[in-house]
Amino acid sequence: MTNSIAELEDADCIFVIGSNTTSSHPLVATRIFRAKQKGAKLIVADPRTIQIATMADIHVRQNLGTDVALLNGIMHVILDRRWHDQDFIDKNTEGFEEIRELLKGYPPEKVSEITGIPADNIVRIAEYYGKAEKASIVYCMGITQHTTGVDNVKSLANLAMLTGNLGRESTGVNPLRGQNNVQGACDMGGLPNVYPAYQPVNMIDIQKKFETAWNARLSDKVGLTVPEMLSGAMDGSVKALYVLGENPMQSDPDSSHVEKALKNVDLLVVQDIFLTPTAQLAHVVLPGTSFAEKDGTFSNTERRVMRVRQAIDPVGDSRPDWKIIQDLSTRFGYEMNYDSPAAIMDEIAALTPSYGGINYDRLEGEGIQWPCPTTDHPGTKFLHKDKIARGKGLFHAIEYRPPAETVDDEYPLWLSTGRVFAHYHTGTMTRNCPTLNSEISEGFLEINPVDADRMGIHQGDEVRMASRRGEITARTVVTDRVKEGSLFMPFHFIESNVNLLTNPAFDPIAKIPELKVCAVRIEKAA
Amino acid sequence: MEYKTVLTTCTHCGCGCSFYLEVLDGDVIGTIPCKTSPVNEGKLCIKGWNVHQFIQSDKRLKRPLLRKDGVLTEVSWDEAMDFTASRLREIKETSGSDSLAFFTSAKVTNEENYLLQKFARAAVGTNSVDHCARL
Repeated sequence: MTNSIAELEDADCIFVIGSNTTSSHPLVATRIFRAKQKGAKLIVADPRTIQIATMADIHVRQNLGTDVALLNGIMHVILDRRWHDQDFIDKNTEGFEEIRELLKGYPPEKVSEITGIPADNIVRIAEYYGKAEKASIVYCMGITQHTTGVDNVKSLANLAMLTGNLGRESTGVNPLRGQNNVQGACDMGGLPNVYPAYQPVNMIDIQKKFETAWNARLSDKVGLTVPEMLSGAMDGSVKALYVLGENPMQSDPDSSHVEKALKNVDLLVVQDIFLTPTAQLAHVVLPGTSFAEKDGTFSNTERRVMRVRQAIDPVGDSRPDWKIIQDLSTRFGYEMNYDSPAAIMDEIAALTPSYGGINYDRLEGEGIQWPCPTTDHPGTKFLHKDKIARGKGLFHAIEYRPPAETVDDEYPLWLSTGRVFAHYHTGTMTRNCPTLNSEISEGFLEINPVDADRMGIHQGDEVRMASRRGEITARTVVTDRVKEGSLFMPFHFIESNVNLLTNPAFDPIAKIPELKVCAVRIEKAA
Repeated sequence: MEYKTVLTTCTHCGCGCSFYLEVLDGDVIGTIPCKTSPVNEGKLCIKGWNVHQFIQSDKRLKRPLLRKDGVLTEVSWDEAMDFTASRLREIKETSGSDSLAFFTSAKVTNEENYLLQKFARAAVGTNSVDHCARL
């Protein structure tokens, strides 16, 4: 997030797009409720009538994968009505003329045809967002899990810059991170192209810095992303996969392909706390510990580094994951002997400029939001203050592109996936919480009443659903939460694993798969 | 009876709510939301209120497993770790560093993510390190 969770409640306008906030980030939703109570306008753009949509001043249901068109349409109106912030644009941005030209091609009437949203509603969104003094954008995987994921995010940045909603309190472009420590995993260099703090692996002075610090020769070749690792496993170029606390058998698109890939490697090591579907395929399973059995830190969605503290001894003969990795490394021939996670954090701080001022003593209390370059720096509540980080904010003129797979006669229905309030990701933890699992204990398929009637399907019927990649069965929930012609299914439930159907096509830059859009057909199970 | 509370951070989403884990005689029995947290201000969602329930689940993995004759079999840490380290080294030597790839995790700590990418880069010699940020 460019800004902080608490700032949301003082925004004049909040634009939620592609985030089922009340289900997936309930304590962020609380701030949005408060903002609403204080008089903020709430805009929700989501194909489904999610809970927060029912509280919105305006809710629009865009066709799946049409976000760029919608955002360009909103910006067209803002420019047309002169609700943009020319002063901010002149001082802080570049590329404005190119996007101004592009946006001429997105009048509300044309955007309405692409998105299925009435033109008047596009104008209303532009008015609420464009006229607000402090407007915040909140988004999640509904924006990113598309073959146009990067285009979608850049379009949101365009909208914020066009209206000067950046670098000030209660504004900004605010992605809600899906996993508890996905921010930290990225910050720590859990990415194939960067060391900690996003320092590129192919920059010679950065490489030298890490070679000295780690006393090792390092590669300047950018590594593989998860989808590339899996295709490498299929074609034999990747021979060993080490999986720490992840469950690609259920979280990745096209599960049959994932299974073939995982079975094709010479060595699959899985380090986890439960015998997940991925661990069941492993050659070796190393039992790590949960967050309650070790010390450490997580970095939340607002860049706040926070302490995790050991409350109980490791369960059974399991071991804290940092001890397992360090033991493995030493046996492998590269010695590691940290005496505690605090010592690891000291090394992180020395090599990671944005974490430079962070140590365990300073993390007592509320935690610290990075960037925190020095030990006397208080941390950073919101980014781009006074000056945009890259110098000038760059507008990207982006044309709308349809999703990779669209409906046809053979697969006539749209399918999207997501989460429910009681569960988290592949359910490894939440489905082992009896209270949560009793709230919702099986997967279900949401279908619009019109479609259900047409096919003679009733609430609770079992249906077979197929895409070009696989077939599953699921019980139906007949509801107008989904639009006619569209279906929705959560991915938490391995017994009806919707990722057998989803499309592995991915964004060319971010390599994020298009989990939010694929084409399917359904029929009543016999 | 020994009762204590331990302040920590929730593992069920990216909000980062703070709570106290309640521990009674070595068992985690509940969560108490932290009132001074700038994130959750004394509140929790249903996932936070119940997050303690999976921690000591009977289904937790308690010992290392090694596949023997096709079946995952309980082994000692020494056996599991020696097998893993030597197989990783063999594969590196026969097929090169870039034939090994690592999934780090959005669910483990910063320190653990740091160590695994350091292991991959410094010990194994590959930048093939990624995680489920996209999923």
